[in-house]
Amino acid sequence: MTAADQLAQYLASGLVVGGVYALIGLGFVIVYSVTRVINFAQGEFVMLGALLMVTFEARGLGAGAAFALTIVCAAALGALLERAAVHPIANAPGLTILIVTIGASIALRGAALVVWGTDPFALPAFSAGPPFHLLGATIVRQGIWVLGVAAAVFAGLWFFFTRTYPGTAVRGCAINARAARLMGIPVERMWLLAFALSGALGAVAGAVIAPITYATYDMGLMLGLKGFVAAVLGGLVSPPGAIAGGFLLGVLESLSAGYLSSGYKDAVAFVVLIVIGLVQAAGWLPWRVAEEGEA
Amino acid sequence: MTAGRRWALLAAAAVLIGAAGGMVRSSYVLGMLIFIALNGMAALGLSLVMGFAGQVSLGQAAFYAIGAYVSGVLTASYGWNGWLSMAAAVLAGAVSAFLVGLPVFRLSGLLLAMATLGFGIIVYYVLVNWSAVTGGPSGLTGIPPLAVGGFRFDTDARMLWLAWGCLLAVLGLAGNVVDSRIGRALRALHGSPAAAEAAGIATTRLKLGVFAAAGATTALAGALYAHYLTFINPSPFGFAFSVELVVMVVLGGTASLWGGVLGAAIVVLLAEGIRALLPLLSASHAGAEYEIVVFGLVLMTFMILLPGGLAGLARRSA
Repeated sequence: MTAADQLAQYLASGLVVGGVYALIGLGFVIVYSVTRVINFAQGEFVMLGALLMVTFEARGLGAGAAFALTIVCAAALGALLERAAVHPIANAPGLTILIVTIGASIALRGAALVVWGTDPFALPAFSAGPPFHLLGATIVRQGIWVLGVAAAVFAGLWFFFTRTYPGTAVRGCAINARAARLMGIPVERMWLLAFALSGALGAVAGAVIAPITYATYDMGLMLGLKGFVAAVLGGLVSPPGAIAGGFLLGVLESLSAGYLSSGYKDAVAFVVLIVIGLVQAAGWLPWRVAEEGEA
Repeated sequence: MTAGRRWALLAAAAVLIGAAGGMVRSSYVLGMLIFIALNGMAALGLSLVMGFAGQVSLGQAAFYAIGAYVSGVLTASYGWNGWLSMAAAVLAGAVSAFLVGLPVFRLSGLLLAMATLGFGIIVYYVLVNWSAVTGGPSGLTGIPPLAVGGFRFDTDARMLWLAWGCLLAVLGLAGNVVDSRIGRALRALHGSPAAAEAAGIATTRLKLGVFAAAGATTALAGALYAHYLTFINPSPFGFAFSVELVVMVVLGGTASLWGGVLGAAIVVLLAEGIRALLPLLSASHAGAEYEIVVFGLVLMTFMILLPGGLAGLARRSA
C-alpha cells in the first residue's frame, strides 16, 4: 500500500465515522437552538437506535421496516423525555436541566443493560457484497450506506427547515422564542418537536453505524460526547456547522489514529474541544460558540 | 452561619467520627464513611466553583486522579515520604486546575464546562496509555499507607479518622475564608458579577482562585484514596465519576459548605441502599443492572421536584 493509498484510506474511514458524528451533532444543535438545553441523553438515542435495530431484525423484520420502526420509537422516546423530564422544569437554570438529562442518560443506559445485557450485538450490513475501491481506499458497503443516509437526512432537514411551515416555525423559535410566541407559534410544541427530531437523528446514527462497530448498551456515552464536540466545532447553533464539524472530527480522529497512536484516538475529540475553548478565549475564533443566555 | 456555630458543628462532627472509629467494627460501614469523606472533599471544592463562580466543571475526576497518581507514583515508585508526596499531589491539583482555568475563565458560559470535560477525558487516556509511569490499565500497586512515626493509617478506623480529619480541616478552612474579605468578594460575585466587578473586585482572578482551590481539595481526596486502597487503576477516575461529583453537589445544594458533603453522603448511601433493597423487591432479577436505572430515575425525580438541592430545601423552610 503506497503512502497515498494509506492517506486515502484514512480519509475514507474518517468521513464515514464523521457522517455519524455529524448526525449526532445535528441532534444537539436542534435541541440547543430551540431550547438552550444541552441534551446529555443524546448519545443514548444512538445506542437505542443500534440495539432496537438489532432486536427488530432478529424478530424477522426487513432492514427497511426495522429502520423505520427504530426511528419512530426513538422519536417517541425523545418526545417522552421532553414531556416527562424537561417540560416540568423548563424555566429552571440550564445546569438543572443538564443534570436531569444526565439522569435520563444514566437511566436509559441502565434500562438497556437490563434489556440487552453486556454482550455486543452484530448487525448485518444493509446490503451484502464486496467492498468498493475508490482512489486506493477500500470502503465497506455499509460505509456507503452511512454516507448516503447522512446525505439524505441532511437534505431532508434542509428542506424541512427552509421550505416547510413547521420547519420555519422551529427556526423562528431558535432565533427569538418570545417573538415567535407573539407571532402565534406554539413554542412548547416546538420544544417537543426538537426533542423528537434529535431522538430520531440519534437513532439514525446508531442504526447505520451498528453494522460497522457492533451495538452495545454503553456505546452511547462516547458517541454522544463526540457528537457534542462536532456540534461545538460548528458553533453549536448552526446545522451546517455541525455537519462540517462532524466530518472534520471524523477525519482528524482517523488521521491521528493512523499516523500518531491508536491508543489516544478517543482523546482527539477532547483535545479539539479544549483547543476550541482556548482559541475562542483568545478571541481568534472566526465564528462564535453560543453561550448560555444568548438569544 | 456564625463562626461559633460553625466551630461547634465541626467539633460535634469530630467527636462523632472519633466515636464511630472506636465503636464501629464493620469494615463495610467504615468504608462507606471513608468514601463519604473523600467524595465530600472533592464535592466541596466543586460546590465552591458552582456556587460562587457559577460555572460547572465536568472533569473534576481528573484532579482526583492527579492527586491519587502523583502521590501514588512518588511513594510507590520513587520512595518519597507519604506526607511530602501528598503535599506534592495537592500542589499538582491546584496548578493543573489553574492552568486549565487560566485561558477560559475570562469568558462565561459553556467554556469551562467544555474545557474541563475535555481535560478530564484526556487525563483518563493518559493514565491508560502512559504505562511506564502509571502502570496502564492494570494500575499501580504497592502504595504504602500513610504513617506518623510508628503509627500507620492502615486500618479502616484509623483511615476514617484521617479522612474525616482532613475533611473537617478543609471545612474549617473554607468556613474561615468565606467569612473573610475574600468570602465577601465571593458573595458579591455570586450576587452579581457585574456589580462585583464595578466594586473593584478582580472577578476573573477570584474565580480562578476558587477553581485552583477546588483542584487542590479534590487532589487531596485523591491522594488519601490512593494511600487508603494502596492500589489505583484508571477505571474509577473516568467521566462517570466527574458526573457523579456534579450530581453530589447538585443534590446537596451549593447554599452551604456542607452541601457537598451532604450530597456525597446521599449518593454513597443511595447506591448502597438501592443495592440492599432491590433484591427484596424483585426476587428473580436481583441484578446490579437495576441499580443504574433506579439511580438515574431518582436523580431525575429529585432534580425535577427539588431543583435547589437538599440544602436549598433547608434554607427555604428556615
